[in-house]
Amino acid sequence: MREIACAEISQTVARLCQEANYYLGEDVVTALRLGLAAEESPLGREVLKQLLDNAEIAGSEQVPLCQDTGLTVLFLDLGQDIHIVDGDLGEALAEGVRRGYGEGYLRKSLVWPPIFGRKNTQDNTPPVVHTEVVPGDRLTITVLPKGAGSENMSRLFMLTPSDGVAGVKRAVLKAVDEAGPNPCPPIIVGVGIGGTAEHVGYLAKRALLREIGRPSADPRLAELEAELLAEIRDLGIGPAGFGGRMTALAVHVEMAPCHIASLPVGVNIQCHSARHKTAVL
Amino acid sequence: MRVEAPISNEVAAGLRAGDAVWIHGIIYVARDAAHKRLVDALGRGEALPFDPLGAVIYYMGPSPAKPGQPIGSAGPTTSYRMDPYTPTLLAQGVKGLIGKGSRSEVVKKALCEHQAVYFAAVGGAAALIAKTVQESEIIAYPDLGAEAVLRLKVAGFPAIVVNDAQGGDLYEAARKEWARK
Repeated sequence: MREIACAEISQTVARLCQEANYYLGEDVVTALRLGLAAEESPLGREVLKQLLDNAEIAGSEQVPLCQDTGLTVLFLDLGQDIHIVDGDLGEALAEGVRRGYGEGYLRKSLVWPPIFGRKNTQDNTPPVVHTEVVPGDRLTITVLPKGAGSENMSRLFMLTPSDGVAGVKRAVLKAVDEAGPNPCPPIIVGVGIGGTAEHVGYLAKRALLREIGRPSADPRLAELEAELLAEIRDLGIGPAGFGGRMTALAVHVEMAPCHIASLPVGVNIQCHSARHKTAVL
Repeated sequence: MRVEAPISNEVAAGLRAGDAVWIHGIIYVARDAAHKRLVDALGRGEALPFDPLGAVIYYMGPSPAKPGQPIGSAGPTTSYRMDPYTPTLLAQGVKGLIGKGSRSEVVKKALCEHQAVYFAAVGGAAALIAKTVQESEIIAYPDLGAEAVLRLKVAGFPAIVVNDAQGGDLYEAARKEWARK
């Protein structure tokens, strides 16, 4: 049984919160550069240039890429042979967020309660935590600060089996079309298919963690992703909604088994400030 | 083109959807919770904490400033959440709104009625936009934290006219121009 101390977990989460908010992933930067080369709309190109400049400034000055430094979503892949010691795991994660946001000049964007007089919790806690227990003795922690502009445009569709692939495509396109300029395009579209109403939302969110530009390992899904991306780009929304081709940088689809009577589809929309950082303990 | 804030009636009436502008002068920051308070104050017959005549309101909640910075990262938030409050503020003489994303039909109509303009800044370009902010001061509701009302002095704040005072709409026009079916 390998031991990991809570203090190490807090320290790691704090560091990841800051790195995710300051440094745009290389995959996103590359996708924005490719998008700039391919964009036909002059206003669209201007937006993409601003976003590349913005990433440069944020990284070199260590300031947040976006003022909305998000609700902190944590993904834990917890090896079953690990023993967490010297504290409470949930509190260690919250402490990491508290310290990361406090010391990193990140905005505190959470309120409690959500109705009945919304009051800021002052330290961006609590995070939303998704834990999967996996074989082995490693702990993988991913921090994904999620802004509300794009999260608010995310959708759940409880389709029926007869809707099939065409129904899934209609649902995804409807979500992106209705979102229009609101979620800060160019977006990354995370899609979950299958599972249950709550699991499909998790699948869609987890799909955002995949490196941009890497298609699904399932060739059927890879084809679906390419078709959806092309159809989304035909919508014409463009960077910042000012018109153009680069409405989305990528579509990532994940599947899970589902009930004989169900076809859940979750669409999690991620703005171009597609921030996530991972560490393995 | 260069636009001075507060905005004169003539300038507001002359701007057209799709125009790229660089705003210089004084703008006021207010978002969700502050909008509710501003409109509630007007409902009680109280004055706004800033002069609304020609004023530009920026929908934004900055990240905390690092030592030596006038403001932290400072990009626009999504505008539709402010739609229920906007016609009331336009009726007070507010001439410009800055945010991102689509407005309601009611707001677009109010912009024409009051000859005012809705601008979009590039969402997520928050570190870049912060470079155009020279001074920042809390002028109302400090208890709201990141949602307090601020007075900003800006120089060359980059924005695009989305909805003009004649009913022009960049988002709609762009979709028509660029959609491929």
